[in-house]
Amino acid sequence: MTIPGNQLTPPASAPGVSALPVPADRAPERTEQAAEAVRLTDVSKAYRTGRAELVALDGVSMTVREGEFVCIIGASGCGKSTLLSLVAGLDKPTAGRVDTGGRRVGLMFQEPALFPWLTAGRNVELALRARGVPKGARQAQVAELLETVRLSDVGGRRPHELSGGMRQRVALARALAQDADVLLMDEPFGALDAMTRDLLHDELERICADRTLTVLFVTHNVREAARLGDRVIVLSSRPGRIIAEYEVPRRGPRRIDSPEVARLGATLTDRLREEMGSHGR
Amino acid sequence: MAGNQVLQGLDRLDLAVAPSDRGAARLARKGWATAWPKLLAVALVLAIWQIVHLTGWKHFVLQGPGTVLPDLWQMAGHGQLWAAVGVTLKQALIGYLVAVLCGSAVGLLVARIPPLRAALGSIITGLQTMPSIAWYPLAIILFTQGTVAIIFVMIMGGAPAIANGLITGIDYTPPLLLRAGRTMGLRGLTLYRYLIIPASLPAFVAGLKQGWAFAWRSLVAGELVVAIVGAPSLGVLLNTDESNLDFAGVTSIIIVFLILGIVVDMIFSKADLAVRRRRGLLDPSATG
Repeated sequence: MTIPGNQLTPPASAPGVSALPVPADRAPERTEQAAEAVRLTDVSKAYRTGRAELVALDGVSMTVREGEFVCIIGASGCGKSTLLSLVAGLDKPTAGRVDTGGRRVGLMFQEPALFPWLTAGRNVELALRARGVPKGARQAQVAELLETVRLSDVGGRRPHELSGGMRQRVALARALAQDADVLLMDEPFGALDAMTRDLLHDELERICADRTLTVLFVTHNVREAARLGDRVIVLSSRPGRIIAEYEVPRRGPRRIDSPEVARLGATLTDRLREEMGSHGR
Repeated sequence: MAGNQVLQGLDRLDLAVAPSDRGAARLARKGWATAWPKLLAVALVLAIWQIVHLTGWKHFVLQGPGTVLPDLWQMAGHGQLWAAVGVTLKQALIGYLVAVLCGSAVGLLVARIPPLRAALGSIITGLQTMPSIAWYPLAIILFTQGTVAIIFVMIMGGAPAIANGLITGIDYTPPLLLRAGRTMGLRGLTLYRYLIIPASLPAFVAGLKQGWAFAWRSLVAGELVVAIVGAPSLGVLLNTDESNLDFAGVTSIIIVFLILGIVVDMIFSKADLAVRRRRGLLDPSATG
């Protein structure tokens, strides 16, 4: 697998962004000039449930640069999904600002959320139609997108005739069909078996490398975060705050079982345990 | 790429092997499997009827299947019965279509507009429990004797069930699908057209089926109480036979009503099955 940064062609992104290994806890502001794709400024979100108020996010500030792959991890209730909803514009923050600079945002969930009455191909096509792609151009694009997720043969099948991993790939093709600049992924592989997940990590990495995709990837799997991310952000629980941030040195292909992934995974686990412990007190 | 091959291998393992459901012998076996319980039920009813006839209970009027069935066969031989079936089915179709239109429109409006739901939601359910025959005095006063009166009662009978089916379907659209649709950029009318309406189809079909049952009952009742000038309908034939104390005639018409009801119900069941099969809502082991 190649380094995403090196293959990006659009002028806005700086090649080689992620080639520099910057081992850092609480990473300092990077000096590269890649444009910001997502900026959260002091974002808070509170939900009112009856008389109680639940603060899901509290003063979260972060930026994601174009072409960057950022993983967000945290224990349950840390507001990971809330964060994605805010970036997707499905929800409004209670305070603070979410700015995506008018970029297209696509969202993927843990469940594929495909429309069961449409075939895999039609599911992808609907995203194109919603975006206003003219009828004549759609078929070719659907074929191309299904090819991207290696599902050309099953475009005519309905979701219930596909396996979990295949459905999630159709969902990925559908998200890509939205021509998103920013892809938000909410534990997209959480419900898959380890083997399939491992393969989809490779696929996702390849797909991101082929496009200028900025990815915000939420997971509770530390290995997954260490495997995929250029940067890993750790959120605390209730309220969700950023408590740590790790740059991931990128020196070429990574595997879920390679030592550096394991090492970062262990570090992340320790940090999360510490956080859990503070709740136990 | 090696990863690609592994992925494709995994896919091949994951895909269920499509059952080879073709073949005339298999089809015949399946047909027989669904047919024999029904044939047995019919035979049982005929047997009981014959026994009652043989006991001599009400022997002045009660004739056995040996008399009634040939009578029915003879009726089927000349045009009057078929003409009556035609009149009744045409009336059924018109009334049902109008009921579907009204029910769908009301259902959509009630589901979309919260104050309307607050106002009409429970009324619609209440209307469903109303026996359709109770509407006829009102219908006859409003529209006098005639087709319109029957259509009015068919609407009052069928439309609430259809509206309720649509409302239920819209209400039960999975929130996750709504989120997915909104992220895709589906809004307002397109959201309804491409997501909410298709998502509510199974419940809507169930509503259509129930609505048919109510509308059909209203129609049969209507043909008995509302006089219509023109070719006699099944209900009119039934009325005439009743005044002639023609047991065989009355029973024959009832059997015709029953057959028509069963046939239409089978059509709805097929549609319902097709919708659920397409969506994978059917337990594959449970299908005959």
